[in-house]
Amino acid sequence: MSGWSGFLDAFFKPNLIAQYLPSILQGMVVTIEIAVAVVITGLLFGLGLAVVRTFRVLPLNTLIVIFVDVFRALPPLVLVLIVYFGLPNVGINLPSFAVLWVVLSFVLAAVAEEIFWAGILSVPKGQWEAARSTGLSFFATLAYVVLPQAGRLTVAPITNRTLAITKNTALGTVIGVPEILSQATTGQSFAGNATPLMMGAIAYVLLFIPVVALGRWIETRFSWRRV
Amino acid sequence: MDTLIQQFFNIEIMGKALPLVLAGLRQTLLLCLIVIPLGLAGGLMFALLSLAPARPVRWISVAAIDFFRAVPPLVLLIFVYSGLPFAGIRPSPIEAVAIAFFLNTSSYYGEIYRAGIESVGRGQWDAARSTGLTGAKALAYIVLPQAVRNVLPDLVSNTVEVVKLTSIASVVALPELLYSADMARSVTFNTSPIVLAAAIYLVMLWPVVRLVSRLERRMAS
Repeated sequence: MSGWSGFLDAFFKPNLIAQYLPSILQGMVVTIEIAVAVVITGLLFGLGLAVVRTFRVLPLNTLIVIFVDVFRALPPLVLVLIVYFGLPNVGINLPSFAVLWVVLSFVLAAVAEEIFWAGILSVPKGQWEAARSTGLSFFATLAYVVLPQAGRLTVAPITNRTLAITKNTALGTVIGVPEILSQATTGQSFAGNATPLMMGAIAYVLLFIPVVALGRWIETRFSWRRV
Repeated sequence: MDTLIQQFFNIEIMGKALPLVLAGLRQTLLLCLIVIPLGLAGGLMFALLSLAPARPVRWISVAAIDFFRAVPPLVLLIFVYSGLPFAGIRPSPIEAVAIAFFLNTSSYYGEIYRAGIESVGRGQWDAARSTGLTGAKALAYIVLPQAVRNVLPDLVSNTVEVVKLTSIASVVALPELLYSADMARSVTFNTSPIVLAAAIYLVMLWPVVRLVSRLERRMAS
């Protein structure tokens, strides 16, 4: 057997592709479900924290900064293991996908808060004052004047960080969430062949390459031109 | 409340786990010393290739950067560690981590360097060349120092991500900080050792996270 056909046999074996395609597809569904859930709750929570921060209540803001810093400094896998192994022992039983969802939402929220807050700060004070003096309420100013301008600056970094954090859904394999990587490694050990693993890698590329390309496009489209 | 403290902040168990966890910390620091320089060097290579004059070189390196940014690092690591043996290559855990991290972190660092180099005006390059500096010297003495200064917050922030990412080496049984803490957890049936590891990560990285915030604010103003 030549090297090339040996390679094909180990990584692209046709009958194994047919056999494991359904489970990889199931894994893709699970990965997409968790990723979408994380993006929605994480971004909303992060935006909420950034808005709370605009009230400039000192104790609250201190808490937010601590929350953000802690979740930026800790590896997500450490958090996943603490929550997954720790909570059952204090009487809280969460299914493993919920553990992954909660942890990644918090991580995304922390990063998103930081980016949204930087965006809000970048809007000149005069914009606030002008909007308030025309009779807009605080919330109307925030919603119609400040956030739309802040959004432009935040959209590129938010896309990149969101992508990086949703890729962490692969960490679910460590606690038995049946997402792509978990399906792929299970398949690999049953088949004694790397084909399922290759299929898993391809599944991730198919899912995330469009997002990477979108991120690139957004970066050129929305960034402020440097002079 | 008491069970909570017993389960997460048990000082006695933390004390017993400490030697093992500190041995793990040494491995983590060693790992950082390998993967951060590799990533910084690989990133520079990716950046220069993606700005090369020859169009095919540019396309291939941009495609490679996008590919490795689309694959989760854990997938890459498991692929290298347990997939490559099927092609007759058997990397040890640390070799697998080095290869996977090189591919992943180089593409992230590469994007940052590229943004930095693009932020330096074309005139700087032309002026340097016209004074008689060779291309390599113009790059090393004129363009790169300014480029790095412009993207310093992103470089530091990505380095924090790389240090955090070394925790996935635990999945391929490399006895670093998280792996050691998790061993202690599985022996004691108590989460405190992992909380101890978390505290160590926090002590290492919190000052850097603060630094990144300050750098970002200084760049913004």
